[in-house]
Amino acid sequence: MGLLDYFVSSRPKTAGNASVAKERLQILVAHDRVARDKPSYLPQLQQEILAVIRKYVEVDMDAVSVTYEQEESHEVLELNIILPESASASSA
Amino acid sequence: MARIIVITSGKGGVGKTTTAAALSMGLAQRGKRTVVIDFDVGLRNLDLIMGCERRVVYDFINVINGEANLNQALIRDKRCDSLYVLPASQTRDKDALTREGVERVLTDLGDNYDFIVCDSPAGIEHGAYMAMYFADDAIVVTNPEVSSVRDSDRMLGILSSRSKRAEENLDPIREYLLLTRYDPMRVANGEMLSVDDVQEILSLKLLGVVPESRAVLNASNAGIPVILDRESDAGQAYGDMVSRYLGDDVPHRFLHPEKKGLLSRIFKG
Repeated sequence: MGLLDYFVSSRPKTAGNASVAKERLQILVAHDRVARDKPSYLPQLQQEILAVIRKYVEVDMDAVSVTYEQEESHEVLELNIILPESASASSA
Repeated sequence: MARIIVITSGKGGVGKTTTAAALSMGLAQRGKRTVVIDFDVGLRNLDLIMGCERRVVYDFINVINGEANLNQALIRDKRCDSLYVLPASQTRDKDALTREGVERVLTDLGDNYDFIVCDSPAGIEHGAYMAMYFADDAIVVTNPEVSSVRDSDRMLGILSSRSKRAEENLDPIREYLLLTRYDPMRVANGEMLSVDDVQEILSLKLLGVVPESRAVLNASNAGIPVILDRESDAGQAYGDMVSRYLGDDVPHRFLHPEKKGLLSRIFKG
C-alpha cells in the first residue's frame, strides 16, 4: 500500500476550491469598499433625483444610477439616467 | 507614553485572545513593561487564557467607575514580572465602558508601561470600538477563510475612519495582518486560501502566520499563553511575531507542509 501511495501521491492532486474562495472574496471586498467610501446621503439623493425626473419623464425605478468616485484632489459624482426609447418622441 | 496595540478581527473565534495573551507575554519576556486589557465586558476570557482567573478581585469597569484604583485591579503575572492583566467585568452592562473612562485608564497606564495590549471583543459594536479607538497599532487576526477575511476588511475600514487617529487627522493606525489556524497541507492541496491570497486581498504588512496547532488548545486548557510552549509550532510562530513587531527581520516559517522522507512514505501503510 505504502509504495503505491508514493506513486499515486506524486500525481497532480485534485484541485481544491480555494481559488473559488479567492474570487468570491475579491468581488465581495471590492463591493464592500465602494460602499464604505460613499457619503451616507447617496441613497436618498438617488431617490429624490429619481422622483424629480419621474415628474417629467416616465422612467423605471432603476433608471438612475449614481456613482461616486474619490480622487486625490476632488470627488466625482456621476449621474446616469436612462431615458425610455419613446421618451423624446412623447415629451416633445 | 505607552504604545497602544489593539488585537481585533471582526469575526469571533479566530484567535484574538490567544494572540493578545501571546503578544503581551512575549513583549514582557523581552523586558517591556506590558499590560493587557480585556475589553470583552460580560464575556471575559482573557484571565482564563492567562491562567489568573482565580485572582480577579476588581476589574476594568470598577476602575472606570472609581470603585477601585488601578493598582487594586491589575493582576501581576506570576511567570513574568513586567506583565500585568486588567480583566473585564463579567456582570456589568457594556455601556459602563465609556470613552472618557477608557481614555482616563489608558492615560494613567501610559506613564508606567511601554505597551498596552487591548484584547477586542468580536463584532463591530461598542466594546470593539472602545478597544480600537485609542490604538496606535492594530493587529488584525484573520483565518484563511472567506467570512474571516471579509470581516477583517470591514474592520480595516473602521480603523481607518472611526478611530481617534482618523477623527483627529493624525498619522493613521499601523495595521498588521496575523494569519492564524493556517494549515499548510490544505493550502498545498488547494483547499485553503494561501497567505499570498489573503495578503493580495487585504494588502497589509504580514506580522506572522500561526499554523493550526494542538498546542493552542493544550495551552488554553492549562491557562498558559501558548508562546511559553517553545517546543510547539504555534509557540514559535508567536515568538517570531513578537520579534517582527519589535522590528527584527525574521523569516516566516510554517508556510509549507513538512516534507516527508521517501522511507516514511513507503512504510507509512
